[in-house]
This record gives sequence, C-alpha cells and structure tokens, in this order.
Amino acid sequence: MATAPAPLSLSASTLPARLRAGAVPAGARWRQARRGRMVVRAKIREIFMPALSSTMTEGKIVSWSAGEGDRVSKGDAVVVVESDKADMDVETFHDGIVAAVLVQAGESAPVGAPIALLAESEEEVPLALSKAQELSNGQPQQAPPAPTEDAAAAPPPPPAPAAAPAPVAAGTKGIASPQAKKLAKQHRVDLAKVTGTGPYGRITSADVEAAAGIQPKSKPAPAAAAPSVGAVPQAAVLPPVPGATVVPFTTMQAAVSKNMVESLAVPTFRVGYPIVTDKLDELYEKVKPKGVTMTVLLAKAAAMALAQHPVVNASCRDGKSFTYNSNINIAVAVAIDGGLITPVLQDADKLDIYLLSQNWKDLVKKARAKQLQPNEYSSGTFTLSNLGMFAVDQFDAILPPGQGAIMAVGASKPTVVADKDGFFSVKSKMLVNVTADHRIVYGADLAAFLQTFAKILEDPESLTL
Amino acid sequence: MQSTAAVSVSASATASRGGARSEAARRPGGVRVCGLRGEALACPSLRISQSPARLAVARAAATNGAVAGSGGGFDYDLVIIGAGVGGHGAALHAVEEGLKTAIIEGDVVGGTCVNRGCVPSKALLAVSGRMRELHDEHHMKSMGLQVSSPGYDRQGVADHANNLALKIRSNLTNSMKALGVDILTGVCTIVGKQKVRYGKAGSQDKEITARNIIIATGSVPFVPKGIEIDGKTVFTSDHALKLESVPDWIAIVGSGYIGLEFSDVYTALGSEVTFIEALDQLMPGFDPEIAKLAQRVLINPRKIDYHTGVFASKITPAKDGKPVLIELIDAKTKEHKETLEVDAALIATGRAPFTKGLGLENINVVTQRGFVPVDERMRVMDADGNVVPNLYCIGDANGKLMLAHAASAQGISVVEQISGKDHILNHLSIPAACFTHPEISMVGLTEPQAREKADKEGFEVNVVKTSFKANTKALAENEGDGIAKLIYRSDTGEILGVHILGLHAADLIHEASNAIALGTRVQDIKYAVHAHPTLSEVLDELFKAAKLQPREGRDSKPRQPPQPLLKVLSFLTTLFSSPK
Repeated sequence: MATAPAPLSLSASTLPARLRAGAVPAGARWRQARRGRMVVRAKIREIFMPALSSTMTEGKIVSWSAGEGDRVSKGDAVVVVESDKADMDVETFHDGIVAAVLVQAGESAPVGAPIALLAESEEEVPLALSKAQELSNGQPQQAPPAPTEDAAAAPPPPPAPAAAPAPVAAGTKGIASPQAKKLAKQHRVDLAKVTGTGPYGRITSADVEAAAGIQPKSKPAPAAAAPSVGAVPQAAVLPPVPGATVVPFTTMQAAVSKNMVESLAVPTFRVGYPIVTDKLDELYEKVKPKGVTMTVLLAKAAAMALAQHPVVNASCRDGKSFTYNSNINIAVAVAIDGGLITPVLQDADKLDIYLLSQNWKDLVKKARAKQLQPNEYSSGTFTLSNLGMFAVDQFDAILPPGQGAIMAVGASKPTVVADKDGFFSVKSKMLVNVTADHRIVYGADLAAFLQTFAKILEDPESLTL
Repeated sequence: MQSTAAVSVSASATASRGGARSEAARRPGGVRVCGLRGEALACPSLRISQSPARLAVARAAATNGAVAGSGGGFDYDLVIIGAGVGGHGAALHAVEEGLKTAIIEGDVVGGTCVNRGCVPSKALLAVSGRMRELHDEHHMKSMGLQVSSPGYDRQGVADHANNLALKIRSNLTNSMKALGVDILTGVCTIVGKQKVRYGKAGSQDKEITARNIIIATGSVPFVPKGIEIDGKTVFTSDHALKLESVPDWIAIVGSGYIGLEFSDVYTALGSEVTFIEALDQLMPGFDPEIAKLAQRVLINPRKIDYHTGVFASKITPAKDGKPVLIELIDAKTKEHKETLEVDAALIATGRAPFTKGLGLENINVVTQRGFVPVDERMRVMDADGNVVPNLYCIGDANGKLMLAHAASAQGISVVEQISGKDHILNHLSIPAACFTHPEISMVGLTEPQAREKADKEGFEVNVVKTSFKANTKALAENEGDGIAKLIYRSDTGEILGVHILGLHAADLIHEASNAIALGTRVQDIKYAVHAHPTLSEVLDELFKAAKLQPREGRDSKPRQPPQPLLKVLSFLTTLFSSPK
C-alpha cells in the first residue's frame, strides 16, 4: 500500500473509453435465445446491461444520456455504465424512442438484465410503457427478467394518459420543484395527478413521495413504495403547520426519538404494586444528612430484588433467547436541559448506599455538564424512573431497547389503609409500576420481583447493610 | 480563486516593520529562480530577476517610497485606480521596484474579490462542503462515523463569510500601508495625459500627476435587461454572499463559475436549484468532458434541474403574494417557452466592466461594451488604435481574463514594463478554479481548442487521463470521484492544457500551470517526484501516462533506471497475481 503508486494503477487512465455497439448485441443475442417471440411480435426492444469486462457481473448506471421520450439513433450513446473497472458510454444498437427507463441512474443491474425499453415509433411507446410496468411489477429492481407468457398474450392495458414524453404541463398549474420532478421520474409518479401542498400550490418532493407511497394503483411505485408501507408509522411525515416554528431535534433528542420508536417492536406489559413507605421515610431521614438520596435507596432496593430475580435483570436481544446479565446496573432517568439521560449506577447490588450516593453525585454532575461517557449512560440492565418529587401518583414507562424491565415510581402519599384485623390507620403509600418485555419476563416473574422489592422497602434495614 | 492573494498578503503583513520589510519584499525575487530545467528560464514569458531590482527594493523600503524616484515633476511614479486584487498586486510589486505609488479607491479596499466575490464565497463553500459531508450518511457510515441530524445557523454562516471578508480586507490595507503605498479615497477621473482628479463623486477637488497610470476598476455583476433586481428575492452574487435567506427553491441564471458555486452552497443548505442556461449545455466554459463529468457529479445527484438553450427574458421579484416569476424564451427562436415560479432568483450571467466616469473620453479612448481596449502589454489603445503612452488597464476592466489572480499578474507585468523590463504575460498559464465539492480546475486550452489549434498549426494533440479512483489518498478520504486530463503536443511534449475535477483540484492545478509558465515539457516533469500517498499523484500519473511520438535521436539519452526496474516489478506482479 505504501509504495508503487504509479505504475500499477495506470490502467484506470483509459477511463471513459467509448464502447462500440458490441456490448448491446451481446445482450441482443441473449434476448433472442430466450425470448425470440417477442422480437417478432412487437418492435419494442430492450436495452441490456452490457458486459463491459470479462469479470463484470453487474453494472451501475452512472447516468442516462438519453431520457424517456428521447429519440435515439443507432450508434448514439444512451447510457453511461460503471463496471468494476471503468465508466463507459454504451451505444444503442437500434433506432427508436427510449420509452421507459427500467433501471435508474445510481441503481445497479446484473449483466444481461434489461435496463430500458426502446420503441420503434411513437405508437409503440404506450405498449412499451405497459411492458415496463409488467417488468417492474414482476421484480422490483434488479434480477434478470423472467417475464411470463401472458406478457405476450394479454392485450396491453390502456396507456396511462400524459405519460412519457412531456410529463410536466406548461403553465402555472402543476409546478413541481426540481427534486419533486426527479422523484416523480424515479417512482413513475404522474405529476399531473399530484396535488401540490408547497408554497403557491407547488408540488414538493414530499407530495410526490406521498403519492408514490399511498396510491399504489395510480402508477406502479416499485421499490420505494414497498418498504415505506411496511415500515414503522413514524416514517410518515405530517404536512408542515403554517406559521409554526420548527426546531430540529438535537442529537440527544434524536437519540431519544429513535429509541422510543424502536421500543414499539417489543411486546411489553405492566404490573403495578402498592408499597408502604413509613419505614423507608424514617430511614431516609436518618441517612439524608450523610448524602443519601431517595433515588439511591430505591435503586439499591431494586438491585437487591433483582439479585433474587435474575430474569427481570435479563434482556431479550434476538427474540430467541434470554441474555442474563452478570452485573446489576441500575439506570436512573434524569431530566436535563433539553433532554433526558440515564446515568447508570453500576453493580448497585454490591455497593453500599454511601458509595452509591457518592457515585450518583458524580454521575449527575457529569450528566448536567454533558460529559457522561457512553458506558456511564448505556450500560444499564434495569431502569428506574422516579417522578415522585412532582407528586405524580402513578405512571407507566416505556421500556428502553436492550433491557428487560423499567420501573416507574410515583409519589408516596398518606393513605388510609385497613389491616387484616379491620383496624384503620394512615400510612404513607406509593405506587410502583413496572413495564417488562413479555418475551422473557412473565406476569408471575414480575409479581414475585415486586413482592420482594416491596418487602425490602417495607423493612428497609437491609438496605443499610 | 483568492487563495493566492490572501497568502501573499499575510506574508507581507506579518513582516511589516523596519528591516523585516526589505526581506519580505525580496522574497518573490528569490522564488522566481526555481525551475526544473535550465532552459525553461529562457522562456520569454518569465524573466529572471536581476540584482539591480533587489537594490531598488531595498531603496524603496528605506525611503518608504517617498520623494525619491519621482523625477520629472510628477507627484507619483505610478497611480493605480482601484484597490482590488489587481491594483493591490500591482502596488506591491511597484514598491518592490522602487516606484513611488498611490492607489485610489472609491469604495472599500479589496474590490469585488475580497468583499463581494471569491473571498466570502469561499467561506460559504467551506460551510457547504462540511454540511454535504455530514449529510452524506452513506459516506460517513462507510468510514465508520456516526453523525445525527446536523444543522446550521444561517446567521452564523453569513457572519463567517462577512468576517472573512473583513479580515482579508484589513490584511490587504495593512500590507499596502506598511509598504508605504498612499491610499487615496475617492472617485477618480482621468482628466488628461498623466493627470487624474479624485474626491467625492461630483466634487472631485484633488488633482495629482503621475508618470504612469493603471486602470484597475474591475467589474460589477451583469444584469441582462428585463430582469428586475430587488435584492431580496431577485438578486446578484453581491446580495447572495450576505446569505440573508436560504430559499426553498432558487433559480440560478447562468451556469458558469459563479452559478455553479452557488448551486453547491444552496443545495448543501437545503435549497432546490433550477439552472437557466442560454447555451445548449451547462457549464459552457469548461472542457466538454469535464463539464459532462461535473454534471454527473455536481448536478444530477443533487436537488437540481435545469433548462438549457433558454433566456430568462423577464424576471419579476416576489410581491403581492406571488412568487418570483421567470419567463423563459427559446434562445434561438425567441419564442416564449415556459414561466417558472420560484422563491428566489440569483442572476449569475457574468460581469460587466466598471469603467463609467473614468474620463476616458478626455484621452480619446472608446470602450468596447464597457471594456477598455488594451494590447498584449495591457497598454490602453485609443480610438485610432494607437497606444496611449503611460496608461495601462488591468483586470476585469480590460476583460482579457476576468479572474482576480489574472488581474494581479497583469498588474505585475505592467510594473515590470514601467521599470524598463519588457514583459508579456502568458495568459494560457493562468489557472482557474471552481470551488464546488469536488472542485474543478483548469489551465491552458480545452480539448476542442487544442484540437483546433493543432489543425491550424499542423501538429498532433494527445490526451491522457487519470482517475481519482486509483489514488490512495482520494480513496482514504472516500472521495474517488474525479478525473484529471492532460492535453499535450505529442511531438514536442509541450503541455497545452490540464483539467481536473476532483478532491482539492484547485490546489492541484498549480503544478500544471507552473509547468506551462516555465515551459516544462511532459517528458521532463514526469521525473519529478511526488510524495506518496498524496492527491498530487493524480498529476504524477498523468504526466507519466503521456507518451511522445517516437522520433529518432530525441530524448534517448539515458535517464534513471526506472524503465527496466519497472518491467521487472510488473513482471513479478503478474506472476503473483496470475494464479487467479
């Protein structure tokens, strides 16, 4: 790599050598061998991806020198193809009109696959177009063609009006932005049928995308339409609100957004549990002067409960297995300026609350300064989210990807409770709500975990051990 | 286009006081002597500086250019009208040659290039290049980088451009002040032979005499008639560089350097662009092959469409709730073709000379479409075709080659003549660059021009090309798009033109332009060594690929051993790779 820069790479200097017709007949021969009948039936010819070198298996269309509707004559360069070695102009072997481009610039096709249809005269353009539809319906993008017999037998469907040669009507209506036109061409969207929502009723790229995605019947919108239909609903972009201020996501907000959307792929369920906190509050008062916060107490309790219920600390990564984590790392959601981050208390089951409090203080400081290292916010195995300080009574949390469960903690409030002997008393009670991945954590697992968790908090001496 | 000026400015600005000055001034003299071949220096376009010139430098520096030298009762040896890059270059060289020099500026020092041209546009392009990179997810991913939703602050970008212009302007001013050039403020009129008057427009009350006068008044954006400029929605590069808005859809009238660079800026910032070009092809000034590739790299994959062979006969700014309306007529038949509705229109149809009010009529000079007629030595020609003594015109005002560094080179050439050393600038050795991403650069003739010349003069032209795809450094940067193309005489090896499209093309061209200036031939330059791995190897390969017509007795003297060695090497390579 470090030496001999010049002599070995000189071959590249033959760059856009002009390839004479030879390539296309190679394709033509292929065509005759496989589909001789077509030639007789209609004067629609296919332009094939030529083999530009002996090692070439597929080629990328760099650009179309001729566009749909252009008349070309034998010997004209119609397309530039990039092979594994060089870019070459490829000439057409026949006169005709480029009726349909099957493989757009930037896309690839295997050697021998049709990349465009050439009609001999204007009348045959609609026929060619319908054939193009069949081809693109049959197999969206690449793959060599194996068109069925009925292609020849069935009468061509009525051609779509105002299709190929002059797609954009002159005049003020139907004005489309440059990108909208490009997309329309790529997805074969008829701009005359698109309603513009842009400024001055202009057709924007979003309009074309909507048209390509939503109305599969109007025109085949191959390739692009398929993934957007199956994708997560988030992909849809709502039309802009006039007069509204649009503030793009910051990096952190974008990350949150992405995680939240991903969480939709996980089947979750929720279990709530009431916990009496009088003793916990007493303990808190005692340890508060020593710098211990409620967050740390809850995290420690959760960690101790998780130690007994490892499945809640596990995660499902591939949909086929349990991943049991060797450590119990409690991520705690913290609201910071302009976002949300989850600093992680590592080995929360092993460290005592004083050490955890010290760690927590450092983490929060770093979080506010946006200096957390990735392992300090992404290594959590279980998440704790506490909105108790806002007097929220209960809420449920969204399970972050890669974890098995998340706990949402509400405020502790004085509540009238009756014991089993019928005595009423007022106790402080809080509601916790755990969201878990039902692929690995089942209802009974979660209930048992919550019971353990409640026991620890209701008799919290063990927290200080 | 401006990097040259900026560099020379800062060099002299830093060495501004006392003894350091003469050393700074002397430096260019030393640089001149470099060359690959002895005989190249005999080339008429370039002279070797002689020691008397150096003495003159020292003298000028010592006296601050004052009093001495301006014999014959003239106030100055040289008065330059216009303190753009051309005037600045001339002024600096004049001081070096010991001339007492004044420069008169009616606006701000720096002219178009520094204030409304190449300099601020480079700031915008620097931003657009980075935006483009950050937005190219595929590119980033292939290098293992993750970036999410990069954005920009329009005002911040605009400030960057403005600050750069201010900085370069003050550098330019300081460099001239430090060397003792008198900077006079006001509009200037030539009132007679070797005499000018300057001051506030309408009341030019100061009159000075000068042994020699250089007109360097530059140009302004050319706006064809029918186009109404409002500075907000229909504007020229002057307004666009302030980047007061980033329209959703902007039409750019003209697809030359200016239009192309702005299309790069606007599309990177999120606009969609429509080019309107009167000629049948986009980028008409470029070598056709380069233009074709440029279209593939810079136009087709971006949010750009275009109309060629059409004039924008009428452009109305957005008002009364209507968008900008552009009426297109066929360039040949003049028939109405289409009306475009866009959010903004940038008029980049070239530049018109700024020569009004110069008082050329006082000395019997008639401009041609505004341009001041000059001969090959930049001497102004009067209406009868005679040379006007002691009057020169450089830069955009003469229209020979409307580039900042060309103006500066012409200015230096004029100063050489004034100092008694005949000098003709070889315009074919002046490089040009377009700072898109990737950049385009060129020097000398295009292939069609070269072939035409070859037909006329009866020699053979050869063309070789290399690709950035084969260059290690370009691949490391993941920027393999681009080619370099060399056009040369296959009998003598003379370099006729070099065209580059690719990463840092603008910086790469100088090896070729220097070779043309020095008369270096391909068979000589091919032995110059290039560091590996660098982009300059694209040119190295180019020179090495150039083959000469075999001619007996010539160039057969033995060189270094590379040929046999290479043969062995390539044989070994085939041996190792052949099993596959």
